[in-house]
Amino acid sequence: MNNLIAMPLVIPIIVAMILLLIRRKVILQRVMMTLTLLGLIVVSAMLVQGVQTSDIQRLDFGGWEPPYGILFVADGFSTLLVLMACIITLCCTLFAFRSFTRKFEEMFVYPLILLMLAGVNGSFLTGDLFNLFVCFEVMLLASYALIALGGRSIQLRESLKYVITNIVASWLFLVAIAFLYGTIGTLNMAHIAQRVMELGPTPLITTIALLFFIVFSLKAGLLLFFWLPGSYSVPVTSIAALFAALLTKVGIYAIVRTFTLLFTTSGTIVHQVVMVFAVLTVIAGCFGALAYKDLRQIAAYQVVIGVGVVMMAVVANNESAYEGAVFYLMHDMIGKAMLFLIVGVMIYVTKKTSYADMSGLIRHYPVFGWLFFIVMLMLTGIPPLSGFIGKMLLGQGLIASGSYVLVAISFASSIVILLSLLRVMLQAIFGESNIAEEDKIKLSPWLVAPIALLGCLSLALGVFAENIVPYVQNASYVLVNPQVYIDAILNK
Amino acid sequence: METIMIILIGVLVTVATYFILSKNVIRIILGTALLSHAVHMLILTIGEVKKGEAPILGTDGSTYTDALPQALILTAIVIGFAVTAFVLVLAFRTYKTNGTDNLEEMRGDDYE
Repeated sequence: MNNLIAMPLVIPIIVAMILLLIRRKVILQRVMMTLTLLGLIVVSAMLVQGVQTSDIQRLDFGGWEPPYGILFVADGFSTLLVLMACIITLCCTLFAFRSFTRKFEEMFVYPLILLMLAGVNGSFLTGDLFNLFVCFEVMLLASYALIALGGRSIQLRESLKYVITNIVASWLFLVAIAFLYGTIGTLNMAHIAQRVMELGPTPLITTIALLFFIVFSLKAGLLLFFWLPGSYSVPVTSIAALFAALLTKVGIYAIVRTFTLLFTTSGTIVHQVVMVFAVLTVIAGCFGALAYKDLRQIAAYQVVIGVGVVMMAVVANNESAYEGAVFYLMHDMIGKAMLFLIVGVMIYVTKKTSYADMSGLIRHYPVFGWLFFIVMLMLTGIPPLSGFIGKMLLGQGLIASGSYVLVAISFASSIVILLSLLRVMLQAIFGESNIAEEDKIKLSPWLVAPIALLGCLSLALGVFAENIVPYVQNASYVLVNPQVYIDAILNK
Repeated sequence: METIMIILIGVLVTVATYFILSKNVIRIILGTALLSHAVHMLILTIGEVKKGEAPILGTDGSTYTDALPQALILTAIVIGFAVTAFVLVLAFRTYKTNGTDNLEEMRGDDYE
């Protein structure tokens, strides 16, 4: 029992309620936002350390012992993601302080961000499947409001599609939960895992597993990503960055958790389905990243590629692959947030969305230009930046499992990422400037600083990989040995 | 009883699917509302509809109906209510800004 585990969910909700009351006091809102997020980072770092030094920790709400009550579980994988989510939110919020207009800040944007973070953290930490549904909905409702905030015509159109897609996905989630409860008679994740293990992969359980896979694929943007490019390119920059960094990762987390703990993929049709989905996602993402000239679309398709690459770990299903996946997920959160912030700044200073209309940004904004260079190397996976280690571990895992085609595809996707961003770099960042010195929009250092901070984080993740790998190993150990998780919940 | 419920759920899902496939936003929202009713009834049915006793400690333990699905439904209804309210407001704003409630006219990002 450790009350700290509930804090990543409780603190943002309480602070969001307070911020609702001080709507007009923008400065106070900003101060409270920053302090809250800093506090959350400390709390989640303590959780990461606690899980590392002792063992998987749990919090039974109301003292109801599992499998009867709802509980929160902190294991290596979930706490690492919670920590990253809090750090990314802080960076995006720092960027938001400078980029939001006052009207925007008075329209409850900060409480909504906190509520979304609460939903994200809750989804990572919960140990109950129905509770996962509730946390998903908390996160989604906040994101519905955030995507429509601003009320431009295109935003409203895209958000309507986003909302309806997600309502149908949530409906499927409930159907899957209903069937699972009818078959197994429990919703506690560890308890489900135990009972599924006793029953073996019967046809009914495989069907339910596939249903869950479809639901989470919709949320993660795995193959069913038709809603993603549209809805991720319409919100204001810092919110789009938050979406790209957090929302799809929750779906990925749910897939990884479901198919390492609850259901097994080996020897069933699920394994082939995951493989086909992952491969098609990477290929489709690559086409998308190369096809568009609109920077926001290019950035959105980079998210899609990332989802597909992480999913290959579930196909390989061994320790090295999961280490790679955990590391890659952490890297991907930083990378996608940084890319979306940079794209937002590029559109802000040029007032154009297509990179073909931009040129020579580095002449006016040298630091910013080099940051674009860094994010390109990082997403491609060049050492010493963070992308390299994740991809390397993942590649090792894939080779160990004998999936050579997948290795080729995932590494080829890195080349495509490089190509798609290099085109942008050569056209928009280098070359002669087409903006006259007097027309140049001044770029506040406060806008560049959060992006640089993300770049430093990525560098730190790569350089200090030696110190981070034990945490990642701990996380993937639980993923590979679900019995550890089950014992920590049920037999203690 | 369960058989009748399942047939009813099937009818609801059919009607909802028909609504969701139409172009009018209000029809789609009605469709999603019907869908959520269908799944609530599905959860209820899966917990077995009626066995007799109330689930109270001290009575005969074998004949009462499982109470957990009802708790799940209650939560799901509240969430569905909030989402439906939100999406209705969103649809209204979209209609006022875009001047149409036809999804066919809202595709692509070619105009703004």
